[in-house]
Amino acid sequence: MHRALAAVLLLIAITFPLVMQSLDQVYYVTMASRILIYALAATSLNLVLGFGGMISFGHAAFVGAGAYTASVMIVEGLPSAWIGWPLAMAVSGLLALVIGAISLRTRGVYFIMITLAFAQMIYYLTISMKAYGGDEGLTLTQRASLGFGLDLKDDITFYYVVLAILSVVIYLIARLVDARFGRVIQAIGENETRMEAIGYPVYRFKLFCFVIAGALGGLAGALLANQNSYVNPGILHWTESGKLMIMVILGGVGHLYGGLIGAIGLLGLEELLANHKIAWLAALYPNYQQHSLLGVGVAMLAVVLYAPQGIAGLFSRKANKRG
Amino acid sequence: MAEPLLAIRGLDKRFGGIIATDRVTLEVAAGEIHALIGPNGAGKTTLIAQISGSLAPDTGQIVFAGADITKLAQHDRVRAGLARSYQITSIFRKFTVAENLALAVQARSGSSFSFWRPVGVETALVDEARQIATQIGLQDRLGSVAGTLSHGEQRSLEVGLALATNPKLVLLDEPTAGMGPDESHRMIDFIGRIRERLTVLLVEHDMDAVFRLADRISVLVNGAIIATGTPAEIRSTPEVKRAYLGEEASA
Repeated sequence: MHRALAAVLLLIAITFPLVMQSLDQVYYVTMASRILIYALAATSLNLVLGFGGMISFGHAAFVGAGAYTASVMIVEGLPSAWIGWPLAMAVSGLLALVIGAISLRTRGVYFIMITLAFAQMIYYLTISMKAYGGDEGLTLTQRASLGFGLDLKDDITFYYVVLAILSVVIYLIARLVDARFGRVIQAIGENETRMEAIGYPVYRFKLFCFVIAGALGGLAGALLANQNSYVNPGILHWTESGKLMIMVILGGVGHLYGGLIGAIGLLGLEELLANHKIAWLAALYPNYQQHSLLGVGVAMLAVVLYAPQGIAGLFSRKANKRG
Repeated sequence: MAEPLLAIRGLDKRFGGIIATDRVTLEVAAGEIHALIGPNGAGKTTLIAQISGSLAPDTGQIVFAGADITKLAQHDRVRAGLARSYQITSIFRKFTVAENLALAVQARSGSSFSFWRPVGVETALVDEARQIATQIGLQDRLGSVAGTLSHGEQRSLEVGLALATNPKLVLLDEPTAGMGPDESHRMIDFIGRIRERLTVLLVEHDMDAVFRLADRISVLVNGAIIATGTPAEIRSTPEVKRAYLGEEASA
């Protein structure tokens, strides 16, 4: 059942650019790439926030560090994705190791605040990096090169590369969640005190999980910088961390597809409300497009009130059983 | 006299002006059931927390199986064979009974930094979880989500989680808390049976159970141990009667 659904979704995702191309709407392929990149970032956040119960409010720091690493590599004349993207993951993973090692000594509200503070520190650090554009940002001379005759400048090729990466990451996380490590992480998310009391070095497991999530966030950042051919400190702003959190909550906290569903939901809704005139809504309230974020807020409120397990929770029997 | 399994020497713990643990010295011999009794607020749970390692004492020393564990992290103490259960039930409510117990087994068998193989197919973990479930009378509830169990069953699982770590010494903090008389009886019988393979430090309010089960009893009042001895000795100690048993008799 689960596998069949995943296969159908993947098939739709694979045929999507072909359909859009035949309709002469390639713009939507670019938008879909962006959604899938955000899905990757939100999925990585869901690993710590949803499965591990660590409410990190600084995930944009890892996305941003990855974006800047990948960008600087291209600007400095090393455009190979095979070097730039793993390096982006390594830099973000290392940053997560440092931030996590300190932050994970705290809990609850303190953890939320300290991760936020660290992320803002990195944000101001990028603003002060005058050599790489400071607050003006950094324009990339080209997208990364991948070899094998694949040209990332082509938006459809880029889409397929992003789709392949996201699919592999979701598969790996599915394996991880059902393996020993995943069960430990989920149990820590539920009852950290008891995990320590039955013999688990809880801190070590949380830190490892935090580093994995940070590295995957860095990969998402590298992809985002490449897609925009541009990066600026805004990618590290705390509102970006908030956006990823909203995606996770909207999609389903601790659900494998929570990040993906949340990214589609939030970015899709933003696009719909901002760029498409909805007749009945316009009849009701002519100026609604100027206040499109209000609509996003209302949708968010509805999910929290009526689907506390997120959109994924509505479809998941497991979630119902465990709720 | 043989070396005690657990030796606590001069333990002190203050919270601001409150003395929660007052120069506690206590020895638990291998194989005994040692009961710790005292009125509410005497500092029993605080003492258990320091022995198990979740709370650091201000001064004093804790020696377990010949090694100084005063600075050892809680999870390392569990690995050394010192586990605890909680007065307020602390289980994994969203996990099944089998998953709860398998988690505790997993902690001591092999590395948990394993990312690929599904843990559900590890039959060794499942088998051992089933054995423990049978001991605690939950063999028919293996597939039930722990949060849906009755209070008594949750208390059994609470104790089962501690036993699943395979301890040499288990600290049981009021295992019968909130249980009905029947369930309570079964739990007391169960503790009487596990004494054959491990040592127990038992905090318990049911005095009948304490005097029936315990080899030795220590009485804690206002953070300090005022008497230690056999049940007969404790019964006849005047200050114990005054401080503790007397209160019960007149209540």
